Amino acid sequence: MTEEKVLLDHGSGGKVSHSMFSELILPLFEGPELSKQDDGATLEMGEMRLAFSTDSYVVDPVFFPGGNIGDLAVNGTINDIAMCGAVPKFISVGLILEEGFPIKDLKIILESMAGAARKAGVRIVTGDTKVVPKGKADKIFINTSGIGVIPLHVNVSGANAKPGDVVIISGTLADHGITVLSTREGLKFDSDIKTDSAPLNGMVHSILNSGCDVHVLRDPTRGGLGTTLNEIAVQSGVEIVIDEAALPIRGPVKGTCELLGFDPLYIANEGKLVAFVPEKDATAVLEIIQKNEYGKDAAIIGRVSEKTSGKVFLKTFIGGTRLVDMLTGDQLPRIC
Amino acid sequence: MAMKYIEEYRDADLARDLTKRIHRVSKKKLRLMEVCGTHTMSIFRHGIRSVLPDTITLLSGPGCPVCVTAQKDIDAFVEFAKLKDVIVTTFGDLIKVPGSTSSLGKEKAEGADVRIVYSIFDAVHIARENQDKEVVFCGVGFETTIPTIAAGVLMGIEGNLKNFSVYSANKLTPPALAALMETKGVEIDGFILPGHVSVITGTHAYCGTFEKYDIPSVVSGFEPIDILKAILILIEQNEEGRPALVNAYERAVSDEGNVKAKAIMNQVFELCHATWRGIGEIPFSGMGLKKEYQAFDAALKFNMNLPDVLEPKGCECGKILMGLKTPEQCGLYKKKCTPMTPIGPCMVSSEGSCAAFYKYS
Repeated sequence: MTEEKVLLDHGSGGKVSHSMFSELILPLFEGPELSKQDDGATLEMGEMRLAFSTDSYVVDPVFFPGGNIGDLAVNGTINDIAMCGAVPKFISVGLILEEGFPIKDLKIILESMAGAARKAGVRIVTGDTKVVPKGKADKIFINTSGIGVIPLHVNVSGANAKPGDVVIISGTLADHGITVLSTREGLKFDSDIKTDSAPLNGMVHSILNSGCDVHVLRDPTRGGLGTTLNEIAVQSGVEIVIDEAALPIRGPVKGTCELLGFDPLYIANEGKLVAFVPEKDATAVLEIIQKNEYGKDAAIIGRVSEKTSGKVFLKTFIGGTRLVDMLTGDQLPRIC
Repeated sequence: MAMKYIEEYRDADLARDLTKRIHRVSKKKLRLMEVCGTHTMSIFRHGIRSVLPDTITLLSGPGCPVCVTAQKDIDAFVEFAKLKDVIVTTFGDLIKVPGSTSSLGKEKAEGADVRIVYSIFDAVHIARENQDKEVVFCGVGFETTIPTIAAGVLMGIEGNLKNFSVYSANKLTPPALAALMETKGVEIDGFILPGHVSVITGTHAYCGTFEKYDIPSVVSGFEPIDILKAILILIEQNEEGRPALVNAYERAVSDEGNVKAKAIMNQVFELCHATWRGIGEIPFSGMGLKKEYQAFDAALKFNMNLPDVLEPKGCECGKILMGLKTPEQCGLYKKKCTPMTPIGPCMVSSEGSCAAFYKYS
């Protein structure tokens, strides 16, 4: 790392975050689980395989259209576990509260955490609360960790993408990031966009129990779809080509991105997954996703080519081709 | 939000048709320069280079305001940030641009009060809310931005804000085009003129340059169809040997431009010499605050007049801005200079040509 101090970029989920992970964090905690760099660790315990994942939430503002930091924190960890192919079971919650934070707001947040856990069929089983003096943290930060069980027949990983695989996205892009942005001080605007925060374990369960072959599952959160696809391309040593015209993006989201100069490919999603499946099973998996309540707008958006560049390309509307690089620079700090 | 104006100008069939016509008409090798950074980004984002014939080379000109900001001005912004009880307000693109020793981003990490704003009006608001602090706005923009900065100064007067000032590193487009044409080694066969700037200036602002240099010039919008159309017109003019100044962005640009915006700009600002990064001083290419508004001039208020300094060794931003080199011909590109560790401003700004090359190719 060349930087002497932590910059906001280190939390972007993009290139700078990756360099901090690989140059500072990974060498100190080297191990087969961490080195795989999936959304969670896969732990082998005799016959049993567990998925274990953790995530911290610092979103600003705490309340936004369609949700709040509480359900976001529960859904986020559920999804990270589900993307390992696991059935999420238990979740822990760590609260860091700023002195003076209204109990009324805390109650709303905790209630939505309980609601989110109930809806997804997971239990919050342990936790911790710390309070720091006013000004030493911003309102509320939440950490959630979770454990899930990976069924015997399941083997999904970001390293499993194969040439010929079809790339499916489970719905519209960039809803969460643009929702949070639209509520920010200094940039408030009216829109009917709301967060897509949702638990995807039900959808994953349906896909994995359909008998279809699935190579990769990932939720494109911070850093957006562009960054997630780059991670998969590198992990699997493949080249991915996506089609701009096929990307599902809501009109108001697209309009906001155009207006503010954001690329929806790099904006966070909190209730979407990307699946890599062999051509033979693509239609079946797409239909399964579309039948799920969070997958109505699912679409096939691209394919894995025969090349091995580790890069992602976009076929543009006008028939041109361009690179989709990993996110460089933080488009929107504190989005989740 | 109405998407009509986006979707219509991204029509795949129309784009294919224009591309076919470009391939059919183009015979001579031509070097066409897009002057505006937003054009550069649109060209890369839509993969326009990848559909053009080999005969056409697109050059990215000095049209990204951050990229043409002189090192001494960046240093001044950093110095403001170091001052006690000063809030520096800036557009986000400037945050990472390295000055001689530091950047606004680094100063922010050290504890300086540097705030990103989306408009000067946010800066005026911050000044109103923080009357015990000085608020400096980093004025970096072309004709598109300068009228809003002028309006911000007028708001400051109206609100009797004594703690608000502007450092003007603003610049004008037509003098830069003329300076380019006068530069030895510069070979340009046509200009794709900036759409946003032209909304304010009007097409007439380019008459002087066009008449003097007889160079094909087309005012263009930013959607792929707009840009392909502008390229086709420039090729046709070159092939037929009939240079013309054409407005191909009629839905937004008039001959006279935005008269009201120009009036506000000229009420508050006046022409001055300006230093362009890599190009040097271009006479009467900048806009400084008029005498009666000097109470709002941050450079005078804080006596900030730094000497210009040499750009980092090996950095070819200046030559790239003039179309004399491509980013790939710079020894630092993708090696020492990346968006994570930028050395020159063309790699920092989201509209810089090096950043575009890095991100999209």
